[in-house]
Amino acid sequence: MTPATAAPATLQIRDVVKDFGGGSVAVNHVSLDIHKGEIFALLGSSGCGKTTLLRMLAGFEIPTQGSILLDGQDLAGLPPYLRPINMMFQSYALFPHLTVWDNIAFGLKRDGMPKERIAERVEAMLKLVQLPKYAKRKPHQLSGGQQQRVALARSLAKRPQLMLLDEPLGALDKKLREETQIELVNIIHEVGVTCVMVTHDQEEAMTMATRIAVMSEGKILQVGAPAEIYETPATRFVADFIGNVNMMEGTVAVDEPDMVEIDCGYCRHRVGHGITGTVGMEVSVALRPEKIRLSRTKPEGQVNQVQGTVRDRSYFGSFTVYNLELAGGRRLKVSESNVERHREDAPAEGQVAWATWPDTAQVVLTQ
Amino acid sequence: MSVRNLLLGSGATRAFARGWLVAGFVFLYLPIVALVIYSFNASLMPVVWGGFSLRWYGELAHDQELLQGLWLSLRIAFYSASGSVVLGTLAAFTLVKYRRFLGRTIFTGMVNAPLVMPEVIIGLSLLLMLVMMQRWLGFPERGLLTIWMGHLLLGLSYATVVVQARLQDLNPELEEAATDLGARPIQVFVLVTLPLILNSLVSAFLLTFTLSLDDVVLSAFLSGPGATTMPLVIFSRARLGMRPDINAAATIIIGVVSVGVVAGSLFIFRAERRRAAEMAAAQRA
Ligand SMILES: Nc1ncnc2c1ncn2[C@@H]1O[C@H](COP(=O)(O)OP(=O)(O)OP(=O)(O)O)[C@@H](O)[C@H]1O
Ligand SMILES: [Mg+2]
Repeated sequence: MTPATAAPATLQIRDVVKDFGGGSVAVNHVSLDIHKGEIFALLGSSGCGKTTLLRMLAGFEIPTQGSILLDGQDLAGLPPYLRPINMMFQSYALFPHLTVWDNIAFGLKRDGMPKERIAERVEAMLKLVQLPKYAKRKPHQLSGGQQQRVALARSLAKRPQLMLLDEPLGALDKKLREETQIELVNIIHEVGVTCVMVTHDQEEAMTMATRIAVMSEGKILQVGAPAEIYETPATRFVADFIGNVNMMEGTVAVDEPDMVEIDCGYCRHRVGHGITGTVGMEVSVALRPEKIRLSRTKPEGQVNQVQGTVRDRSYFGSFTVYNLELAGGRRLKVSESNVERHREDAPAEGQVAWATWPDTAQVVLTQ
Repeated sequence: MSVRNLLLGSGATRAFARGWLVAGFVFLYLPIVALVIYSFNASLMPVVWGGFSLRWYGELAHDQELLQGLWLSLRIAFYSASGSVVLGTLAAFTLVKYRRFLGRTIFTGMVNAPLVMPEVIIGLSLLLMLVMMQRWLGFPERGLLTIWMGHLLLGLSYATVVVQARLQDLNPELEEAATDLGARPIQVFVLVTLPLILNSLVSAFLLTFTLSLDDVVLSAFLSGPGATTMPLVIFSRARLGMRPDINAAATIIIGVVSVGVVAGSLFIFRAERRRAAEMAAAQRA
């Protein structure tokens, strides 16, 4: 689903294939439309072809097949140094022999911009990333976070029509990473540049991106806004890849106009939202741990419920994760947010508890 | 057991280790020390001490043959080091950047061959080639040019190895970043690659310069009348008997080289310490 805009997408990727030879195809028939001002994330596990796709946009790899259009112009045959696209590299790739100032000015000088305008633009960029005091330093005299901001400033300095970010925060430690995510998004929005970023960190993609494409083995599995991907994954792989999920295999037992019932053997699901299926059809039910409630007494009037024994309980501060053992040794993950400071009736390890969930909580998957 | 442990070990082990260390140093440096001492010998006889004198240093200043040899050697060393660095850089660049091209294997072999080929054989084959060229083309006359060609051949291989090693651990994203920011291939090379491999170019220059300066074998094959390099002069004189003036010349060379090496190491050491301090400061900030 794309935002409702009449204008054609800024970046159009049309059926792009990259085959390095040797049997595996790094990017396999990928088509994407990316709109102006979007922060678009390519999300996928290691080796799924994210970097390869990004490098084809930058011009470092030539697609085996397919075309890439930027503002309607076909980029084929245009070398990287002529593309109005700038990339922020995973290693930052700051020139170690140049000062911060000269690093940022590098691209502007190549364009033959007059000296005063270069100075103006570099100052503005330094201010944007809050590093005016560091202009005279060399990259090795900066901390990791500062280097990251210089790299950002350098790739924004030429006001590219498209900015590419390969694991922009990959080299930072966890805490700095979380702080920087928001800051990075703010800067990108301030400049208004269209971005394609690559990450294998789903939280990072969720926090930063307006839309996410989930990739696996060179293929795009699903494209959508973060909430869409999370709440309505299209396939088992996506449901599994994004966040935690309880996956249950079953068959459709009852199909009525306003609900279906799915029998998973140890547990029966009533799904109330608009789906239909033929009785006997094999499906998977995906259920997120945080949509499940636990109680120590058998709840009344709940259709979706299952009994189990608490096998372990992990406290994470804002929430607690329970691992429930169901009949037949199956496991169910339940995540409860800790609204009260000391919940009286919280099930302890070894105790029997009932898990319940509303009939809108499940996602039924056929692929 | 590490060397440190060995040296710090107790009693007998320690004395034994120390003894070996001293023996090693004596073996390495005694000849040089003897040479330096005898360069101040007043006597003409190489093994008889006739008192302290600067006589041979004085004579050196009037030794036209040796001075001309030195001047020729310096020029050849400079030309061959310059040529080796330029060609070696191009060869290294090609080998690192272009993983596949027609004749790559042959090219790699040709570049590396002089490293393993005995110098005598290189010299002999070059001489044969020159003699034939002389016969058919009347060119080139043996002298500076031919010695330079021989030294270039050898220096090129060494320079390629040194520069190739540096190019290989250069982060390829640096050159891509430059390209991405609008630099054309030649600008990428001049503005990014070259400054980053500058250290290795200097090393390659110094290495090939020394290599050429003290080469005897190739020079002997390729020199002609009137083109005698300093090592050839020294070598031919030593065959006629040890003379103290040669010791004096050698002492000067040792002095110059030592000062150069010490100054260079100090400079590098200081630069690295400063860099480490700056990086530590950046991480604390
Ligand atoms: N230059 C190349 N030559 C041959 N195969 C390559 C080349 N570059 C990438 N590949 C292959 O293409 C596939 C995709 O690689 P890519 O670097 O795009 O993965 P990625 O999604 O960025 O992974 P990661 O998260 O680990 O960075 C891998 O199987 C890789 O081995
Ligand atoms: Mg990658």
